[in-house]
Amino acid sequence: MCLAVPGLLLEITESPEGVRMGKANFGGIVKQVCLEYTPEVKTGDYVLVHVGFALSKVDEDVAARTYALLAEMKQLDELNDGETELEVPLSALGAKPGVP
Amino acid sequence: MKYLDEYRDQEVAEKIVADIRRTVTRPWVLMEVCGGQTHTIVKYGIDHLLPKEIELVHGPGCPVCVTSLEMIDKAHAIAQKPGVIFCSFGDMLRVPGSEFDLLVLKSRGADVRVVYSPMDCLKIARQNPGKQVVFFAIGFETTAPGNAMAVFQARQQGLTNFSVLVSHVLVPPAMEAILSSPENRVQGFLGPGHVCTVVGYEEYEPIAAKYRVPIVITGFEPIDLLDGVRMTVKQLEAGTHEVQNQYPRVVKREGNKVARELVAKVFEVCDRKWRGVGEIPQSGYRLREEFAAHDAEKIFDVEQMEKAEPSICISGLVLQGVKKPHDCPAFGTLCTPEHPLGATMVSAEGACAAYYAYGRHLEAAAKKELTPA
Repeated sequence: MCLAVPGLLLEITESPEGVRMGKANFGGIVKQVCLEYTPEVKTGDYVLVHVGFALSKVDEDVAARTYALLAEMKQLDELNDGETELEVPLSALGAKPGVP
Repeated sequence: MKYLDEYRDQEVAEKIVADIRRTVTRPWVLMEVCGGQTHTIVKYGIDHLLPKEIELVHGPGCPVCVTSLEMIDKAHAIAQKPGVIFCSFGDMLRVPGSEFDLLVLKSRGADVRVVYSPMDCLKIARQNPGKQVVFFAIGFETTAPGNAMAVFQARQQGLTNFSVLVSHVLVPPAMEAILSSPENRVQGFLGPGHVCTVVGYEEYEPIAAKYRVPIVITGFEPIDLLDGVRMTVKQLEAGTHEVQNQYPRVVKREGNKVARELVAKVFEVCDRKWRGVGEIPQSGYRLREEFAAHDAEKIFDVEQMEKAEPSICISGLVLQGVKKPHDCPAFGTLCTPEHPLGATMVSAEGACAAYYAYGRHLEAAAKKELTPA
């Protein structure tokens, strides 16, 4: 229910009633979104959309930094103590759901 | 898709799991608050990837599940009135009330419509000036800005034939209800990332301090959830209890100020009954008096309807993290998504429905067969 999806903002318009609206691309599906709550966003930004409302701009710099930190984590740890193979294979991620 | 695919990366997931294994020294019970997070956890088998010391219990954050039986019955009473177009998000259609669900009413001729956004209802209201258009406004803090905007715009645009049946719920009072229960097992929380996108996480700080529990505001992709677990376990092992933000790419401490302002203008906090749990004080939103002209409960005179819930299922205990779906004797047998007995089976995001959808009832059945009677 609290599902919210990042979409690429393609254009910004105004509805006949004066509401700030736009179109966003969600992996190929283009939908109308209301931009009243994100006055700062511009076309080309990614916005997080829930029930047709952009609730937040996706901060690209922060996203890149967080991801880089996670991706580099093991290398740093390996320098310290040289760890360990997983007991459980991770093939469940993105593949067969729910199977140990 | 950008900002989704990279957060499903297997290599990164392995690194995070390895770090959790290195960190954990003893058993911990963590609760993910949001139904969307439960869904991701069960879909990707994240609970099976974690070291056995870490137990994930599933929280109350599924608004479809916790919408009270009497509110569903009110929706059904309104949808059956002549001249009404009753609009709802799709996942409310199959939720059983005392007698039937909205889909059954639709098949009997009621004008029940599924909308993607509450704003769609304004268009329907403009196109049908002779009808009353009613929207079933459910949800947590995430959905409140959308519903508030629809009501606000209806007033601005002079749409007198649009109203909302409000059953909004709030996360922090539910967390406090769980933490103050004598049966509580939860030692740390993965906080609701999209709720906090709207309201921020300032109001979680007193909860973390009062109950001495770490709360890590967490996203919804597999990497987000693993990282949220990692951050929570690090705090538990270190004996700290702070609010941390795993999801800074969309969540700010203050949330979305523009959205919070309009929500506060349209709604006020009220006591709210939760399906399977009962009434929690100050745990919901209702329309402010100045928007009474758009309040479906008042317009259709259903305010006084009350309904007790049947006490056959354990969904209340599942919603509070005390029990798991497979602890229920009815799970997967008497109670299935086709014939749900209670709150947590009625929506795809309910813990019981997620367990069922990803085959956990088969695992539970296999375990029972292996255990000698």
